[in-house]
Amino acid sequence: MGFNFYDFTTFTHNLHLWFMEHMSPGWATTVEWVIVGVIYLAFVALLGLFLIWAERRVCAVFQQRLGPNRVGLWGLIQTIADFLKLMVKEIITPRKVDKFLYNLAPYIVVICMFLTLGAIPFAPGLQGLDFDIGVFYLSSISSLSVIGILLAGWSSNNKYSLIGGIRSGAQIISYELSVAMSLITMVILAGTMQFSGIVEGQRDLWFIFKGHIPALIAFIVFLIAGTAETNRGPFDLPEAESELTAGFHTEYSGIKFALFYLSEFINMFIVSAVAATVFLGGWMPLHFGGLEAFNHVMDFIPPIIWFFLKTFGLVFVLMWFKWTFPRLRVDQILTLEWKYLLPINLFNILLMTIVVLTKFHF
Amino acid sequence: MSEIKEIFVNSDKLKTDDYQINMGPQHPSTHGVLRLLIKLEGEIVLDVEPHIGYVHSGIEKMCESLAYNQIGHLTDRMDYLSAMMNNEAVSLCVENALQIEVPDRVKYIRTIMDELMRISSHQLWWSAYGMDMGATTCFFYGLRDRQHILNIFEDTFGARLTLNYNTPGGLMFDIKPDFQKKVKDFVKYFRKKLPEYDQLLTGNIIFQERTKGIGYLSLEDTIYYGVTGPSGRAAGFSCDVRKHHPYSAYPFVKFNEILDTAGDSFARYYCRILEMHESLNIIEQLIDNIPEGDYAVKMKGVVKLPEGQYYQRVETSKGDFGVFIESDGKKTPYRVKFRSPGFSNMFALNKMCKGLKIADLVAIMGALDLVMPDIDR
Repeated sequence: MGFNFYDFTTFTHNLHLWFMEHMSPGWATTVEWVIVGVIYLAFVALLGLFLIWAERRVCAVFQQRLGPNRVGLWGLIQTIADFLKLMVKEIITPRKVDKFLYNLAPYIVVICMFLTLGAIPFAPGLQGLDFDIGVFYLSSISSLSVIGILLAGWSSNNKYSLIGGIRSGAQIISYELSVAMSLITMVILAGTMQFSGIVEGQRDLWFIFKGHIPALIAFIVFLIAGTAETNRGPFDLPEAESELTAGFHTEYSGIKFALFYLSEFINMFIVSAVAATVFLGGWMPLHFGGLEAFNHVMDFIPPIIWFFLKTFGLVFVLMWFKWTFPRLRVDQILTLEWKYLLPINLFNILLMTIVVLTKFHF
Repeated sequence: MSEIKEIFVNSDKLKTDDYQINMGPQHPSTHGVLRLLIKLEGEIVLDVEPHIGYVHSGIEKMCESLAYNQIGHLTDRMDYLSAMMNNEAVSLCVENALQIEVPDRVKYIRTIMDELMRISSHQLWWSAYGMDMGATTCFFYGLRDRQHILNIFEDTFGARLTLNYNTPGGLMFDIKPDFQKKVKDFVKYFRKKLPEYDQLLTGNIIFQERTKGIGYLSLEDTIYYGVTGPSGRAAGFSCDVRKHHPYSAYPFVKFNEILDTAGDSFARYYCRILEMHESLNIIEQLIDNIPEGDYAVKMKGVVKLPEGQYYQRVETSKGDFGVFIESDGKKTPYRVKFRSPGFSNMFALNKMCKGLKIADLVAIMGALDLVMPDIDR
């Protein structure tokens, strides 16, 4: 099979050939789809449980307490127990909700989350969808999840939920601009929209170093806008606990609430993963063009470990944001986007274009 | 269907209504069972109508059938974060009526305990305010430090929330020999920890944007609504009872009345932070000079107040707290009335909130430091 922990390309290719040998092409594709789907489901479930556990431990450190530490080693089983509890809880549907939309909403959010996750390259050859317009695909799919949140707020027949849903609509649509524009800035530098191509382009130097000032600005803007996209603190207005009780998912219980909760955490992972891929080289080890010995040492660490190190580093930063800052107000959130981030972004695109045209980069 | 059609065809019949929301009685940021009836237009608050009565416990009426040394026990349950000062108000009122002069030792200890209580109350308020603003980490910082004060209380008289330490005529128990050392340790510890509060919340740009200029109340309105305590002093209303009508050991100490002129939520916030510093100063001045002596005056078993009306004010952590006792010479009062600061402070809410956002309403309400049983007694 040619399994290689450093490069999965040959392995997946051989696997595909093996299936083609033993089945008709139609069956082979179907089986591959199912396998990939199951792997993604398992990955999302495990990742969600791990992220929730990590968040609780990290926030405990910030808040000078211990966090879950009784169930299992370091409390690792705690989230599994919590998840089991959520699974068996009664699903309450309040009276006079729009039943169809109410039941549909969590799935839209989850489907968008899965579709976005598919475009992320974890390691060479380990990527669900590798489009030539990957960046474009990612930013368009990730903005679809706002529909699910809006529907949840609208259909719940709860005034708090409605306010939460509308807030989230205003927020995500606004910040989508900044996310897309900071990605476009990097696309100008990379010269491609394909994620595998973007990662390959960082073989000599990560883009955040290569593109120096404009890349750094784009990175910061992306982190801010990405946090806002995932509805996490300090931008957690749609579910502002002290104002709207729980915002758009007030009326959801049991597994449906768990789906919203899960997708919030996975979205945090996705934002970090995209930031890691576009700015910090994704699975590409830390390379400096010319330093052959250094690059060679770095290559000993498998790409998939590089990827998760960078991503979880950024996830930690996002958690740090959440547990440090107070929440913004709704008009301040829109002011921040339209009056500060957007002009900065537009200027930054111009700057990056000049930098690329004059080849004033490393 | 035909109804809907009719409404849309005859557009003059199209009726619009205000978007009304019941904030509470179960809501995370009303800090208890306060119900606010809010009229909204989108996010903008048009009108706020506080509805109280959900934890009404009839304390004033109950007092009419209790002896004078029993009344104090109920006042713990009103503003439980200022239990010490509430106890003291009743004790002082009865002592004044009987014209008893308590020993200096009692006065000193009472004042130290008052200031410890004030700090602990402000700590909890700071924690909860952070929580209201979405900065959850504050909550644990505040409670971490409050623990030290509650431990001192517990060591001294065995209670952490409903204290009952002040009784008419003095104190329930004498202080323990290591009391001074513990308080000094705490003062030293908290002087180091207070700057953390500023680093975490006060200096934060998001927090300042959220509170500066929000919930403005002019000096005239402050006096008109009777907003007292740090909330009143933030608008420049010099209303510190400790300064203007000194009681217990306050005449013996030097301290500043914290005044601000901004009159917004941030000023209210910052007044409380500065008050914690000031309270530490007061404790430091007193702790080494506690005179020797009795910890209580010998009182009769049944206390009877001479006929008449008696009023005593103290400064709690929320503001001006008053006890009015009308006595007809029997062993129970004829009528007891409490003037609680939270009640007056809360009803200025409507004036402050109009035209602002829902999030501002939470920020304003948090800055007022409302404790529901204090309002709904």
